Amino acid sequence: MFYREAGQFKTTYGSDEAIFPIVQDRWFVIAAIAFAVLVVPLFAGQYLYTEVLIPVLILSLAAIGLNILTGYCGQLSLGTGGFMAVGAYAAYNLALRVPEVNLILVFLFGGLMSMLVGILFGVPSLRIKGFYLAVATLASQFFLEWAFARIKWFTNYAPSGSVAVGPIELFGIPINSPERKYLFVFILVAVLALTAKNLVRSRVGRMWMAMRDMDIAAEIIGIRPLHAKLSAFAVSSFYVGVAGALWGFFRLGSWEPLAFDVNRSFQILFMVIIGGLSSILGSFLGAAFIVLVPIFLNQLPGWLGVGLSTATISHLEFMIFGAMIVFFLIVEPRGLARLWAIAKEKLRLWPFPY
Amino acid sequence: MLGPILETLIGGLLTGVLYALVALGFVLIFKASGVFNFAQGAMVLFAALSVARLSEKFPLPIAIVLAIGVMIVLAYAIEFLVLRRLVNQEGIVLFMSTLGVAYFLEGFGQTLWGSDIYKIDLGISKNPIFLFESVFPGGILIDPEEVAAAVICAILVTVLAVFFQVTRVGRALRAVADDHQAAQSVGIPLNYIWLVVWATSGIVAIAAGMIWGSKLGVQFSISLVALKALPVLILGGLTSIPGAIVGGLIIGAGEKLAEILLGPLLIRWFDLAGGGIENWFAYVLALLFLLVRPQGLFGERIIERI
Amino acid sequence: MRAPAGSTVAAGEVLLSVENVSLSFGGVKAIQDVSFDIRKSEVRAIIGPNGAGKTSMLNVVNGFYQPQHGRITFKGTTRTNMRPYDAAHGGIARTFQNVALFRGMSALDNIMAGRTLKMHRNFFWQILRIGPALAEEDEHRHRVEEIIDFLEIQAIRKVPVGRLPYGLQKRVELGRALAMEPDLLLLDEPMAGMNLEEKEDMSRFIVDVNEQYGTTIALIEHDMGVVMDLSDRVVVLDHGAKIADATPDDVKRDQNVIDAYLGVAH
Repeated sequence: MFYREAGQFKTTYGSDEAIFPIVQDRWFVIAAIAFAVLVVPLFAGQYLYTEVLIPVLILSLAAIGLNILTGYCGQLSLGTGGFMAVGAYAAYNLALRVPEVNLILVFLFGGLMSMLVGILFGVPSLRIKGFYLAVATLASQFFLEWAFARIKWFTNYAPSGSVAVGPIELFGIPINSPERKYLFVFILVAVLALTAKNLVRSRVGRMWMAMRDMDIAAEIIGIRPLHAKLSAFAVSSFYVGVAGALWGFFRLGSWEPLAFDVNRSFQILFMVIIGGLSSILGSFLGAAFIVLVPIFLNQLPGWLGVGLSTATISHLEFMIFGAMIVFFLIVEPRGLARLWAIAKEKLRLWPFPY
Repeated sequence: MLGPILETLIGGLLTGVLYALVALGFVLIFKASGVFNFAQGAMVLFAALSVARLSEKFPLPIAIVLAIGVMIVLAYAIEFLVLRRLVNQEGIVLFMSTLGVAYFLEGFGQTLWGSDIYKIDLGISKNPIFLFESVFPGGILIDPEEVAAAVICAILVTVLAVFFQVTRVGRALRAVADDHQAAQSVGIPLNYIWLVVWATSGIVAIAAGMIWGSKLGVQFSISLVALKALPVLILGGLTSIPGAIVGGLIIGAGEKLAEILLGPLLIRWFDLAGGGIENWFAYVLALLFLLVRPQGLFGERIIERI
Repeated sequence: MRAPAGSTVAAGEVLLSVENVSLSFGGVKAIQDVSFDIRKSEVRAIIGPNGAGKTSMLNVVNGFYQPQHGRITFKGTTRTNMRPYDAAHGGIARTFQNVALFRGMSALDNIMAGRTLKMHRNFFWQILRIGPALAEEDEHRHRVEEIIDFLEIQAIRKVPVGRLPYGLQKRVELGRALAMEPDLLLLDEPMAGMNLEEKEDMSRFIVDVNEQYGTTIALIEHDMGVVMDLSDRVVVLDHGAKIADATPDDVKRDQNVIDAYLGVAH
């Protein structure tokens, strides 16, 4: 069967605004979810789970968070790492101090704390814009990093300064195998991604985009900059905070503030740029790209039979990421998501050229 | 107590000169092309690596001249491959592109020149100088390299100021800074001007990289100095050369003083595991300042027209 | 301060009055002691040579600038300090001389954004996008589609406005303002840079909006033919001061106005 929308008539505005207006797309997504939940566990091994799937999913969530703020609302942030840290440490402390709390609440708490801090650090955005704001978000990054390194209470007075989470369980089921961790992360990320998609195509999303495209015009249609910007900071930091908590609990297990340093912020920003600004799908594509490139590079010398030192490989990584950023900004500012859309457009017409 | 404070103050001011040198590179580029060049730190690293590795084979003056050549080629490459293709884009897009350039340069510089720690020997004595030994017990300790940095900085700023005010290129530069399109319409070649400012700030990066490198060794962490220069810019204003200098001095002195005066208090009050407030003090200072005076100390106020 | 949205003004009564307003930027006097009023359901033109202070006047009415002197009364409430979003809440919509659309959004989304103030479902309904939130989205989409039909821009609904030609952008901008269902619509040179056909279309839309919905319109326009055809009353500004305020026919004959436009030997 061809990928075509002929014969699918939209009879309501609702169906015109659906996430996947074309039937084949909807089937594709349902199939993808079924594949991720039912088929992947049949063949995936520990490496695939812990080095690929779990990191991609969690970082996608962080990228969605940053995309809401930067892609949709136009407020560039370099403080993503700091907000991830807030989520991680908040979740850690709740789980530590009130062990009977349900795991889902632990992550929500991480998100909520990050949201509060995000709103606080979002206040300067009401007065400053552009790179001034970017520098202001760096302030939050460095301050938060320092706070988690120095304030002993956050790390429960651990002499080494690093924290470790205990056994994790949900409704009495221990989440101890990579497979269970993956399924938990997948479901949580899928739900939150859907939520984000709904938000960005509703009134709130239009408000953010209006603010991004032309703040003056946004004001004349009655949008308060205060509401629009702080709500973007709030929602964005919530997502980033949950992602940080997941990262700490399911990827790292034990960590120091360094795990959430400014390089983490850049990494997430690169995911958003490469994946596509203002695209939820792009956040996933960008995260997959950024996670997979280093893995690929590490395998490369083995495949080619040439010896490359690890230092060289890490320098290559820097060069590739840097070049990709510039390339996408010049050639396709909407990133991989846009390339995907173009490919779909072509497929819709295939096998005819027009 | 006064002795150590004075010593910290002077040490801080001299470090501030280094920040100012990096900030100067930012300001030059921002003034002429409206690009907030995050890659300035990577350029400092690249410049320092070039000088360090070239000086292994050639005498230092020749190495510096060669490094200047390298930075000009680099400026040309950046102008040709990146900036030219992003003309008329929003400032924020240009900013993000320089993030990419920064990453690329960090990787490229270390692939090209190596990633060990290298030395630059400026031939300046490493022995500290003691001043005012009669006034304070033990006197005040000053690092001669930092004094050299201050002198180099002063010379550079003077040369740049003369260059901007007197030469034809300088005038064209100021015209471009004022209004790209108007400058183009009177026949000023935009691409050439951009090449000139990027090359100039590459040369400023050489100065900063050499001083920094001779003090701490040439290594990857040099590129992080860009992060220190950002609050300096905010404080001084993005378009002001005097602002970069004054901002650098304030931040340099401020963070060192904060560390010894505020640090112990914070540790006592909040039971901290050590100080290190240097890491964020400059940023918080700049942030607070932004809220009061968004255009910086010497920046031009932007009036938005509707 | 927010103008009360509930208060109503009958047709023909004063909707907005500007009294002795002065505005200056530093030493530059943009508006000097200008008074005029706008009556409900009329088309009121503001004309004058370049630099006369017309756009500044709209910016004052709309809350972008706070005048140093004078009072502005809208729907019976005198306001002192008002921001543009307060004006929007009060029922003032506007378009700009240089199109101020949301370039990254489609024409449809631009106009939907104009409905922001009319939509009330909270955050959590929007997240779920079921029940009331979906019904609300649908209801407003319906209203927006009416506007799209009215402006004859059905074909470009889903096109990002950045890609549209200038004339159509102006139309979408009008659509966004109409979506707010304003009591007072400020149009800043809605026909600048248009060809004759586009001007005719735009004039028709303005007349229709005024007649069908009874929307009060304040219009800045340079094309005198359009001004004379459309407007009920005209206020003329020159160098920030009011030099005439009358019906189109009287304004045409006013010696001060002729001097201001043609220049006069002093």
